[in-house]
Formats: sequence, structure tokens, C-alpha cells
Amino acid sequence: MFADYSWGDLMSIFAMQGFAGLILFSVYVLMALGLAIIFGQMGVINMAHGEFMILGAYVTYLTSKLFAAFLPGLFGLYFFVAMILAFIASGGLGMAVEWLLIRHLYKRPLDTLLATWGVSLILQQLYRTVFGAREVGVEIPQWMMGSLTLTDTIEIPINGLFVMVLAIGISVAIYVLMYRSGWGLQVRAVVANRAMADAVGINTARTDRLTFGVGCGVAGVAGAAFTMIGSTGPTAGQLYIVDTFLVVVFGGAGNLLGTIVSAFSISQGQSILEFFLSGSTAKVLTLLTVVIIVMVRPQGLFALKLRK
Amino acid sequence: MSLLSPSTEGRTGAFLNRTELAGTVVLALFIFVVLPLVLDPFRLNMFGKYLTYAFVAVGLVLCWGAGGILSLGQGVFFGLGGYALAMFLKLEASTPEATKIQSTPGIPDFMDWNQITQLPLWWQPFHSLGFSLVAVVAVPVFFAFVIGTAMFRRRVGGVYFSIITQAIAAILTILIIGQQGYTGGVNGITDLRTLKGWDIRPDGAKEVLYFVNAALLFVCLAIAQLIRRSKLGRLLIAMRDQEDRVRFSGYDVASLKIFIFCVGAAFAAIGGAMFTLQVGFMSPTFVGIVPSIEMVIFCAVGGRNSLIGAVWGTLLVNWAKTAFSETFPELWQFGLGALFIAVVLVFPNGLAGIWTTHVAPVLARLLARGESKSTTPAE
Repeated sequence: MFADYSWGDLMSIFAMQGFAGLILFSVYVLMALGLAIIFGQMGVINMAHGEFMILGAYVTYLTSKLFAAFLPGLFGLYFFVAMILAFIASGGLGMAVEWLLIRHLYKRPLDTLLATWGVSLILQQLYRTVFGAREVGVEIPQWMMGSLTLTDTIEIPINGLFVMVLAIGISVAIYVLMYRSGWGLQVRAVVANRAMADAVGINTARTDRLTFGVGCGVAGVAGAAFTMIGSTGPTAGQLYIVDTFLVVVFGGAGNLLGTIVSAFSISQGQSILEFFLSGSTAKVLTLLTVVIIVMVRPQGLFALKLRK
Repeated sequence: MSLLSPSTEGRTGAFLNRTELAGTVVLALFIFVVLPLVLDPFRLNMFGKYLTYAFVAVGLVLCWGAGGILSLGQGVFFGLGGYALAMFLKLEASTPEATKIQSTPGIPDFMDWNQITQLPLWWQPFHSLGFSLVAVVAVPVFFAFVIGTAMFRRRVGGVYFSIITQAIAAILTILIIGQQGYTGGVNGITDLRTLKGWDIRPDGAKEVLYFVNAALLFVCLAIAQLIRRSKLGRLLIAMRDQEDRVRFSGYDVASLKIFIFCVGAAFAAIGGAMFTLQVGFMSPTFVGIVPSIEMVIFCAVGGRNSLIGAVWGTLLVNWAKTAFSETFPELWQFGLGALFIAVVLVFPNGLAGIWTTHVAPVLARLLARGESKSTTPAE
């Protein structure tokens, strides 16, 4: 399949597809980080994760409308406000769902899966009722449009670059939160030994709720970032949920570095294959490879050494 | 139940106890007598379609209710079974005479539309009905065996298994849609006409198919009951509740799981094939993640531990879905979402659970009172 292209062409293709893969990678990382916190740390399968992300996207959409109507002078900055609002909205909803639903089901993981699927159906229909079934797109601020031209054949879109920077920033923030803060220590203590964490005075119920909330909040931020590169529809979350779960499982649940490495390999593999094969074949091959690897090595790329 | 001899009940008891027998008779009367008498041919065909999902639900009672294995990819097996039969029917419908306006007569229409000029090799065996019928069950069971072996031998279970099966459902859907020249793509395999010359489209044929379908369902119910009453069934429940103890007692837990997963796949596949026959097409809409999870809810609403309940649950949810989507399409999605949550939080044992804990005791009390009333005047 390489025979028709010259060496220079191939390099450009790899660079361009590699960059497209990097954008996909950023989306995967943003979505998977929230899931890695919830699934990896708490062992809860949240099938509504995609819908929490879409909530963030809709919040961004509303914020952009509000800025356009009332603060047109500051329109270039609306995204940063939207990101914070998205985190609060999704995180708040996440904590409510945890309190109403999930805390009753920690001992029944399969049932959690079904219940959160129910939540996702309700949220989807809610979005459809409120925002309509059609996809909505936000107006990207001026400074994010256009692209950087590196060589004649390689161009890099700025919005993609921005999403990448955001993904890196949030990964670092979560790393600091989980491994360098007192709260992160509490979360990891609860994961390692719930009874003992309880005994030394950690409020495990509150830790659970906050962990779930942070995971959902990160999904909201992912949704906000998502609006910069694509449009948002009521069922857009469902498209990514399986890929995201595979990213987390492939990376080794509970391991943030593993999540990032696996998001990188899956997205790069997929987008480079996409150029040479059809989109669906590339996706099938990538997912199939991941599924087979996970079957052979169920603990994922980086196993967390933990006594269960 | 005595703790020391947990299996005596299974060995000495009847095939069905009194309640189960009564439940089976009521269900049989409802499906074989009431529905055909009450419904017009269109609605009867619709209930026939619902009953094909009941095969999946019954399989899930074994896998999930008894074995604790929640597969979110039962649509894969339903679809593979359905496609196997649809391929045979499509080839029968694509005779050179019937397709002479195509640029290549004698191949299925969607292949012609996709500029394929020759029947692919892997389609060839589906000219034979015998091969197709074997494939309906064998292909899904083979897949279930491979997936089950790969996962259960490595002691992967629980939510990981659910996620992987879900991913497989997604992969198969993308594959079918992407390879439209070979599979019919999004539209699926449509315009199926005859089965060995017997037209499956008129109302009369659909009625016959309804009864064949219902009879097959009862055969599957009987097989499922046989498994539940056997030592295997008891081991499954033991495994669900205390997997390690069963393993330490010397049983091969993985083999048990693989076996029951294959049985579930076979049931789903038969349902899929009957779906193709009754509805007249098969498409990737019945393979993916959403239908696969919906099939789980049919089972959960009926009661994940009750075979009869699973059939009732399937009928009820699908009937409600049709009724609501015809009148309030928006409400149905909310209702379905609420149903998922309610079935987990409020009534985890489904309709069967409600029946045994709330309805049956009241009924028994009423019956007892009736009996005592009728005996008092005699005193």
C-alpha cells in the first residue's frame, strides 16, 4: 500500500495523519481521564460518561451564545469561562447521580452498569427535548481559526493545537491532584483498602462522591474542548463511550500513565490506518487489535500492583 | 432447604414445581391461544418479533441470572444467527431470472449495486439450506466459544467481560456497515421472499411462522429448565455467589462459564434466525450496543432468575415500546431510562420477584380465605 507514494509524500502523510491522530488522542485522553478516575479508582462503570461530556459541550454552546449576546467584546475569552462552567455543571450532576444512585450500588458493579445506561438514555432524551435533535456547533473565537504552515505540505490547525495543549494541561492537573495532593492521597487510600481508610478517619463516602464528581467534571471539560473541533448532538456521547472504555482497559485500569499511552497508541494507529484503508476498516482493525490484546493481557499495558 | 444436601431438591424434585408448571401453562395459553385469537395478522407478526427477543432473554437468564455473566453483546449472536439465514434466503431470492436487470444477474442486489461481479467464496455454502441452518447455530456458538475461552480461562469476568462483549458488538456493527458490498451495509439484507419455494410474506405464512417460533421458544425454555434443574445449574448459582469456593472444590469454573455462554449464544442465534424469517430482513440495527443492552433490560424486567418471567418481560417492554413510540415518542426514551434505573434499585428481581413477594402471598391468602369460607357453612 506504500508503493504509490514517494518518500517525501509518505513523510508528509505520516506527519499530517500523525497530527490528526494527535487531536483524536487529545479527545481520547480528555474523555478517558475522567473515566480512568471513576472506573480505575472506584471500579464503577459509568455508561453515562459520554452524556456528561455532552453536557459540557452544551454548556459551552450556551456560554458562547450568552457572550455573543451580552459581552461581545470579551468573546475571545468565553471558552475559558465555559470550561469552568462545564466542569461545575458536569461535576455537580455527577455528584447528584452518585448520591441518588451509585452509592447504593457499589457492591453490584453489573447493576451500576445498567443503571447508568438508564441515566444516559434519560440525559440523551433531555438534550433532545431542550436543544433539539440536530447537532449544534459553537462559534470558534477568531484567534483559534486558521492554521500554522510548517512546510508546503504540512499544515497544523490552531484549534487542534489548542485542544492538545488543553489535554496536556488537564493531564498534568489530574496527576498533581491524584498523586501530589492530600485529597489524592485519600482517594488512593480508599482504593487500596477501604476498611483501613475508614478506620484512620477518612470519610470514604465523601471521598467517593468527590471522586465521582471530579471524574464527571473532567468529562465536562472534555466536552467543552470537543466543541472546538466538532459539533454536538444529543447522541454524540454514545459514539465515543466504547472507544473510551477500551482506552482505559487497554491502558490498565487505575493507571493514569497507562491511560495516556494507550490513548496515544490507539489514536495514532487508527488515524494512520485511516489514510490507507477506509475509515471503517481502520476502526475495525484498531478496535479488534485492542480487544485481542486485552483478552490476552487482561490487566492492560500497565498493571496497577494492588492486592484485591 | 437443607444446607447439608443442597442438591437433593434438584435430583428428587419434579421437572417443574407447581408454581412453575402453572406459570408455564398460563404462558403457553397466552402465546398459543389468546394472542392468535385476539390479534390481527399484523399485530400477531409483531408479537412474533417480540418473541424472537425472548430467546435472547431466556439465554440471559442462564448466563446472567444463574451464572452471573453479563454479556452486553448478545446482539452479536442474534445478528449472526439472523444473517446466516438471511444469506440463504437472499441467495434463493436472487435467481438469475429474478435479477436479470442487474449488470451481473444471479447475485444479491446489494452486491450488484456495489460493483461486485461475482459471489464471494464465503457466500457460496449458503446456497444449501442444511448448511445455513447448521451455520445459524454453529457460527455464533463458535464465536461465543472463542470469546468465552479467551476471557474465562484467564479468569476475566465481571465488568471487564461486559465491556469486551460490548466492544465486540460495536466492532461487528462497524464491520457490517463498512463492508456493504458483502453484507448489505446499513440497510442489511432485505427483500427476502421464499424459503425453499414457500413464500414467507403472506399473512398465512406469517401465522405459521409465529407458531413455529413459539414452539421453538418453548423447546428452548425446556432446555434451559433442564440445565437449571441439573447439577450444572446448581454449580452455576454457586459459582455466581462464591466463585472461589466452587473452584477450590475442584470444579472447572471456566468450562462451566464457557458452556453456559455458548448456550446463551445458541438461543440468541435461533431467535435471530426466526426474526429474519418473520420480519423478512436482517440489519446491523439488531447487532450493535444499543439493542444488545436493550435485550438485557427485557430479561431484567421479567426477572433475571425466572425463565417464564424473562418471556413476560420481553413481551411487556416491547409492547410498551410500540405503544409509547406510536403515541408519545419522547416519553418512551425517558420511560426506558427510568426502567433501567428502577429495575436495578427498586425491583432487582423483576416481575417474577414482584409476583413471588407481593402477589403470590396475597393470592394464597385469598384462596385460603375462600376455602375456609366455603367450609364454614358445613360445620
